[in-house]
Amino acid sequence: MALLQISEPGQSLDPHQRRIAVGIDLGTTHSLVAAVRHGIAECLPDAQGRVLLPSAVRYLENGGRQIGFDALANQGADPENTLVSVKRFMGRGLKDLNNAAQLPYQFVDSPMVSLQTRAGIKSPVEVSAEILATLRFRAEDTFNDDVYGAVITVPAYFDDAQRQATKDAAQLAGLNLLRLINEPTAAAIAYGLDNASEGVYAVFDLGGGTFDISVLRLTQGVFEVMATGGDSALGGDDYDQALAAWALNQTVPAGDAAKAVDSSDWTLLRLAARACKEALTTQHSAVLSATLSQGPISVTVTRADFNAATASLTQRTLEAVRKTLRDAKLQRDEVKGVVMVGGSTRMPQIQEAVASFFGQAPLNNLNPDEVVALGAAIQANQLAGNNPNGDLLLLDVIPLSLGIETMGGLVERIVPRNQTIPTAMAQDFTTYKDGQTALALHVVQGERDLVADCRSLARFELRGIPPMAAGAARIRVTFTVDADGLLQVSAKEQGSGVEAQINVKPSYGLSDEDIAHMLQSSFNTAQIDMQARALAEAQLDVDRLVLATQSALQADGDLLHADERTQIDALMQGALASKNGNDPAAIEAATQALAKGTEAFAASRMNRGIQQALAGRHINAVS
Amino acid sequence: MKLQSNDFELFQLPERFEQDAQALTKTWQDLQRQAHPDKFASEGAAAQRLAMQWSVRINEAYQRLRDPLKRAAYLCELHEAPIQAENNTAMPAAFLMQQMEWREALEDARSASDIDALEDEVNGARRRLLSDCAEQIDQKQDFAAAAQQVRALMFLERFGQDVEKRREALSF
Repeated sequence: MALLQISEPGQSLDPHQRRIAVGIDLGTTHSLVAAVRHGIAECLPDAQGRVLLPSAVRYLENGGRQIGFDALANQGADPENTLVSVKRFMGRGLKDLNNAAQLPYQFVDSPMVSLQTRAGIKSPVEVSAEILATLRFRAEDTFNDDVYGAVITVPAYFDDAQRQATKDAAQLAGLNLLRLINEPTAAAIAYGLDNASEGVYAVFDLGGGTFDISVLRLTQGVFEVMATGGDSALGGDDYDQALAAWALNQTVPAGDAAKAVDSSDWTLLRLAARACKEALTTQHSAVLSATLSQGPISVTVTRADFNAATASLTQRTLEAVRKTLRDAKLQRDEVKGVVMVGGSTRMPQIQEAVASFFGQAPLNNLNPDEVVALGAAIQANQLAGNNPNGDLLLLDVIPLSLGIETMGGLVERIVPRNQTIPTAMAQDFTTYKDGQTALALHVVQGERDLVADCRSLARFELRGIPPMAAGAARIRVTFTVDADGLLQVSAKEQGSGVEAQINVKPSYGLSDEDIAHMLQSSFNTAQIDMQARALAEAQLDVDRLVLATQSALQADGDLLHADERTQIDALMQGALASKNGNDPAAIEAATQALAKGTEAFAASRMNRGIQQALAGRHINAVS
Repeated sequence: MKLQSNDFELFQLPERFEQDAQALTKTWQDLQRQAHPDKFASEGAAAQRLAMQWSVRINEAYQRLRDPLKRAAYLCELHEAPIQAENNTAMPAAFLMQQMEWREALEDARSASDIDALEDEVNGARRRLLSDCAEQIDQKQDFAAAAQQVRALMFLERFGQDVEKRREALSF
């Protein structure tokens, strides 16, 4: 039998078994990658020592591309091929964009909005994958090793389509996605662990394009989200846009503003507004200047002007905070501290608004640009199994209610917002016509009562219902939301057992074929052999599973009889031996056999864990 | 311990209405520490699927146990006094009168303080009904009577949601 490595209790696995696990903050304006090194989470810099990677991809004449600072440097000269802030397009249709006319892109409505570039039509998922892959390479260069897996952060207020799009981007970038976690929750991890905080905290996260507010209870390593809220289309970009519009109004007669400038003028104006906004963080007034097609403009902007031009945006953030506190059933004075996250919280009017709302100075002691990536790295390190004694536990919630369309365009809510995930909830429906044999289900997400006011996630059909009188069928629709916050829907007619199941994806998502096609074309451009890639991935999967099985045996091997143990050892040997061949299918089969052969063992381990948790509680109760 | 165990068995608590909310939360977290899919993220699909099932089940039990109304309803169901809210809407006349008065007050509400006053009144009624429930379940073991209180509480719950909606509508 195989000799197993046994490490000292409390020590992590053998150093070269340590898996490289990274946290990635895939932001609207910039992205970061972080990892835990020597017990400390840190952001990984590029070769020039910069940790921020602008979330910008420029497609070049020769089929190449520039990513990050290089792309941004040419944004003014080549706006239509320099894609920025694509996070705002993830899982969205063209009609969802409120400022498409002011953007320099040729949009394609298909059903997730895509962009026509000189390199062809690019989906925001592909563009995001370029950014993720760049960060993955950065991590691999830093550690001179493969990345085992990644935790990627998303705005807490992202809906199912936006989360699924992010997950698809990870797959395209060749990343093993350990978990999608919410940005404010990631920030809370970094902040809470750093400051050994206990109690109720609010995380106010205003990024480049999204706003989140989460209220969490921190107790002994448990980060329990009590409620979350926000606006997935409100961020620093909107402040730039509002300031640009205000400045333009100062220079041209009212009413003419829209006529006087084209979309490339708007790009220049927004860039100038952004620079002006940043200057106003430290100064009381600044000059906004830009050279537009009609000639140069120059406007002096005071902080008071900027505040007035953006007051309605700031008000929207506070409205969301109020609603979230109500959902958490908390008064504002019950919040012990407010952690500020996201570069846009540097704006003085935001700091002042939050301070006056909560009646306390907000907490700014962590770098608002880095804190999300750092928290994600800490979670990634634990999920990869590098920190077996870690007691970090995230109990997050679903941000928006999930439901089904019923008669008359009304929504029947199945999973209410702020429900702790993972969760599964069911509701029974029936037929409305005699002899009805099929049922169309329309899955929606949102808080409004009318389907038309909610987001459509997917449609699917349940067929083969035995003909019955109207109202006699009992169709149970079950919504399952996993730990990534992703929804799976299944429906079953209780009498006949007819079943239908879908992964919620279609309305604004990519189909499996789309993804396969994108994977194929990305391999073509990168000139990587598909077969070699599949082989490498299959071999990596064997390693992952064997390592996991070894750790499980090390922890709970005593649960097995000798013959069960022999069987598992044999399956592990078989899986390892399969790696010597070069047929991905054979390797996958051996991996599957090992996975199947350890199912019963996994179940016994789970039972032991539960019993131990309850036993531990009883000791506490007695003492 | 099995997935099919009832909520009280799963949390190893006595089958009663009165519960210690803090202890309940602590048990929930201890159980999730063992079963949450995050604990099995580096393991095979089978372990993750199993963790998902357990974690979902633990959350389901916690949601029911920590909410007094759901807990009372669950205890009634366990003791064969089903709530059957859809088929059993017969309520005492006095209760229905009270409901109508509240509905009118809600429609007339024009300010946050109107809403606050109404909410205080509803919360008071809710507390009284819950303490009746506690007595009927824990002392008298009269689950049929408790089920009637649960139905009344469900009316209040629905009304409470309408009050919240009205508050949101007024804040714009």
